[in-house]
Amino acid sequence: MSNSTLAAHTATFDTGSAASLPSGKAGVWWFLASEIMVFGGLIGTYILFRVAHGGWAEQASHVSWRLGATNTLVLVTSSLTMILALNASRTGRHQRAAHFLLLTVLLGLTFLGIKSIEYTREIREGFVPSSGMFWSFYYIMTGLHGLHITGGIIFNAILYFGATRGTLWSGGHGNRIEFAGLYWHFVDVVWIFLFPLLYLS
Amino acid sequence: MSRLLPPDVSTFGADIDHVFWLIFWIVGVWFIVAEGALLYAMLRYRRKPNTPAQFLHGNSARQMAWVLIPAVVVLFLDLGIDHAGARAWELVKLDLPPATTLIQVGGKQFNWIFTYPGPDGKFGTADDVTVENELHVPVGQVVRFELSSTDVIHSFFVPELRLKQDAVPGRIIRGWFQVTAPGTYEIACSELCGFGHYTMHGSLIVQNAKDYEAWVSETWPKKTASNASASLTKLR
Amino acid sequence: MDTAIAHAHQPPASFLRRYVFSIDHKVIAKQYLTLSLAMALIGGFTAYLIRWQLAWPETDIPGWGPIGPDNYDALITMHGTVMIFFVAMPFLLGGFGNFLIPLMIGADDMAFPRLNMTSFWMLFTASSLIVASMFVPGGPAAAGWTSYAPLSDNPIYTGVTWGQNLWILAVALEFASFLMGGINFLVTALNLRAPGMTLWRMPLMVWMELTAAVVFLLSVGPLVAGALMLLMDRTLGTGFFRPDRGGDPLLWEHLFWFFGHPEVYVVALPGFGIMLEVLPVFSRKPVFGYRMMVWSTLAAGLLSFLVWAHHMFVSGMDPRLATPFSVTTILISVPFAVLVFAMIATVWGGSIQFTSAMWFALGGLATFMIGGVTGIFLGSATTDIFLHGTYFVVAHFHYTLFPVTFFGGFAGVYYWYPKMFGRMMNEVLGKIHFLFTFIFFNAIFIPLFITGLRGNPRRLYEMSNYDFLKPMQSLHVIATIATIGLLLGQLPFVANFVLSMFFGKKAQDNPWHANTLEWATSSPPPFGNFAEPPTVYRDPYEYSVPGASQDWIAQTAPEPFITTVAAD
Repeated sequence: MSNSTLAAHTATFDTGSAASLPSGKAGVWWFLASEIMVFGGLIGTYILFRVAHGGWAEQASHVSWRLGATNTLVLVTSSLTMILALNASRTGRHQRAAHFLLLTVLLGLTFLGIKSIEYTREIREGFVPSSGMFWSFYYIMTGLHGLHITGGIIFNAILYFGATRGTLWSGGHGNRIEFAGLYWHFVDVVWIFLFPLLYLS
Repeated sequence: MSRLLPPDVSTFGADIDHVFWLIFWIVGVWFIVAEGALLYAMLRYRRKPNTPAQFLHGNSARQMAWVLIPAVVVLFLDLGIDHAGARAWELVKLDLPPATTLIQVGGKQFNWIFTYPGPDGKFGTADDVTVENELHVPVGQVVRFELSSTDVIHSFFVPELRLKQDAVPGRIIRGWFQVTAPGTYEIACSELCGFGHYTMHGSLIVQNAKDYEAWVSETWPKKTASNASASLTKLR
Repeated sequence: MDTAIAHAHQPPASFLRRYVFSIDHKVIAKQYLTLSLAMALIGGFTAYLIRWQLAWPETDIPGWGPIGPDNYDALITMHGTVMIFFVAMPFLLGGFGNFLIPLMIGADDMAFPRLNMTSFWMLFTASSLIVASMFVPGGPAAAGWTSYAPLSDNPIYTGVTWGQNLWILAVALEFASFLMGGINFLVTALNLRAPGMTLWRMPLMVWMELTAAVVFLLSVGPLVAGALMLLMDRTLGTGFFRPDRGGDPLLWEHLFWFFGHPEVYVVALPGFGIMLEVLPVFSRKPVFGYRMMVWSTLAAGLLSFLVWAHHMFVSGMDPRLATPFSVTTILISVPFAVLVFAMIATVWGGSIQFTSAMWFALGGLATFMIGGVTGIFLGSATTDIFLHGTYFVVAHFHYTLFPVTFFGGFAGVYYWYPKMFGRMMNEVLGKIHFLFTFIFFNAIFIPLFITGLRGNPRRLYEMSNYDFLKPMQSLHVIATIATIGLLLGQLPFVANFVLSMFFGKKAQDNPWHANTLEWATSSPPPFGNFAEPPTVYRDPYEYSVPGASQDWIAQTAPEPFITTVAAD
């Protein structure tokens, strides 16, 4: 990599433009903007439908708010561990960062585990996506969210292995934890919306 | 020029056509001026030896005015169009004048199903008559319809009435029309509804009072025909 | 070093890494171009079949055979889907956006080259899926490119099973591909500009691509949700759009058009961008009102989110919504009026050189104006009552989409071909291509405006069931003959494109004497784009500056030359 190309990419220019984010971070934010529209579309549709059609309270009563609340706690904690991982990586405490990454992964897996328990029970009781409008929305929203959680877990796991092997730090990719963190917090925030809409109404 | 659009035989057709022609003349003038300017520029400003281009950057207020002032004029004309359109829209789609004739229209792959309430004026009773693809209405009377579909989205379209309304399954959509001249007018479906979309063809048969009464008596031949038609005209 | 430019000083050695799995934006751009032109063959062929059937119903189509109403519905669906998602977007965004953005801002590649490569191969997969969908049992999707429910939702209404599911997957993948691309465009333009390249010195093409990227990014989400819902309805028994299961067909329409309308501006803006690069160069004049055009573009992008229900005036949605959406729709004509007037003002007073690129740019502007004014009829709910669902709509959107995609796109090809391939195209063939395209395009769609005004509904397999349509059959014949002419008229272009690659005159760095940065390097650009990273000193359109020794001043030309923006 020549110095001149390096300079072209990492120098900050007096171009008179607004302060720009580093590329990786900017990329993640733009990605999240589009994701907000996806979940926003789903959530908005759910709210409009529910207000217009009503009568979903009966169906909704069959979800377990306790399991949902537990999962909320799990996710919020995992966001905390993610922040701690990032802090540790910024202060050079690589071991610590790796540990918190692992914790985040485990908490994510816990979330999926609890979700699977919920799904299994609900399906056994006969509540499938075609059981009614509430259930259709419940499965599509938690399902899509679950897919996003899965993607996040995989990425965090890759980071964890990179952290333990040292490749994360030596390759100069440490700020990937920040990107993963942004994504993970987003997925957490989506859940913060889903939980009351699906479990508490 | 008036042959651009089909003949108009509905009371609100004139209102719709009025907005159409308003738009036509407004955009027509703009179009000719703009294309004319472009064509003129292409001819007049062809490259000629020793004639450099003019350095018109368009960044000063005076130069921008050449674009912005026409744009503001466009804006005001647009708002005028919206105003005219809003009034006509209200008449056609928001108002529901009291009706003397009531029908139910159902779209169903690939036919129009018309249900008449019969002399009792109520739907869902024994004297309802359901006919495929033939809609009889009296001329000069307001007709109210309830439109729906049993399968996919269709669209109830009578060009000469300037009447169009999508028929959506799961919804009952109300509308109205009033025809000014007797005749038979074609009903088309203007929303893709499956492979037979092109076969969905109905006839709107608009009859003068005498012929309409005759059709009524024929369709509901019971008791005294005059009683039947009398109560029909009192439908709300 | 997170903005990993994972290339070294030298281009990769292996053929695969250099031309197939390349991370070089210029190679990826050409891949997008090639893919879009290949898909255009499919799009064009479907048009041929459709129009033949309409002119001479139920005859055997030469080169194909008979088609029935089911094939017809599949054809119109594939025509629209392929042209918008697999031709226009790859051509204008994937092709020109990828090629030009790094060059025009003085960067050596995109911010995320590997993401760029991924986005192309994702589109390739999506294109394969849509082609594959044409061969599955039950045939391809046949509910229109708009895929309204319940027609698209319940297989019993069309008999299409796999075809519609593959359509959903292909379109979803295409969305993902352009999402990735859009993110790349935005981060690249915001972060990788060369020293001196302020936002206000970026060529308008870049502004257009960026606005398109943002509009796409923010509008596609709800339709991704909708597509997932449709897939679930079809495979898991849900009923989001099925009234028999508690759902609402209009929900699909809202979700579709919330994206669908901004989408047409995603396609239109880059097409305009190309015209805005070509017009000043071949008028030897600055673009007229650069900042005014930027603000208009941004306004149009913003407004595009507020107009979608003009596609739904007679849909059965609450009729009180019609007036507000009529107002927003008619308002969006204002920024476009500014752009059109400013484009005319750009050539006004110029010294016009009628190259092939310039013909296409001018022709695109002239024909787009027809599309623009006919949009007013459709944007006003009242007149839309009559015109919705007729051929008037078909003619309107072809008069907007075709000019930006094809006139704009071809202008771009003739203009940037020397830069991309290092050869000049043949100008005689180019002008013949323009003549055929312009004449036949208008000859197809003016008759269709006329039939639409008489109430000719869309998407009809044939017109013979309606007496009121029979007198207009000759117009359909004219449109079909013109379609064949248009398609054959593309042959000079194909020949020119291929032959110039090998026999065209070798291109200099800057054959058109243009100012923007892509012309400040060799044709084609070297690996890494610029031998030395350029420094930018001036605006992109300083042509015929009074007092200058030549009629163009490159953006990289340092002072002392003439300073910018003399008082008028």
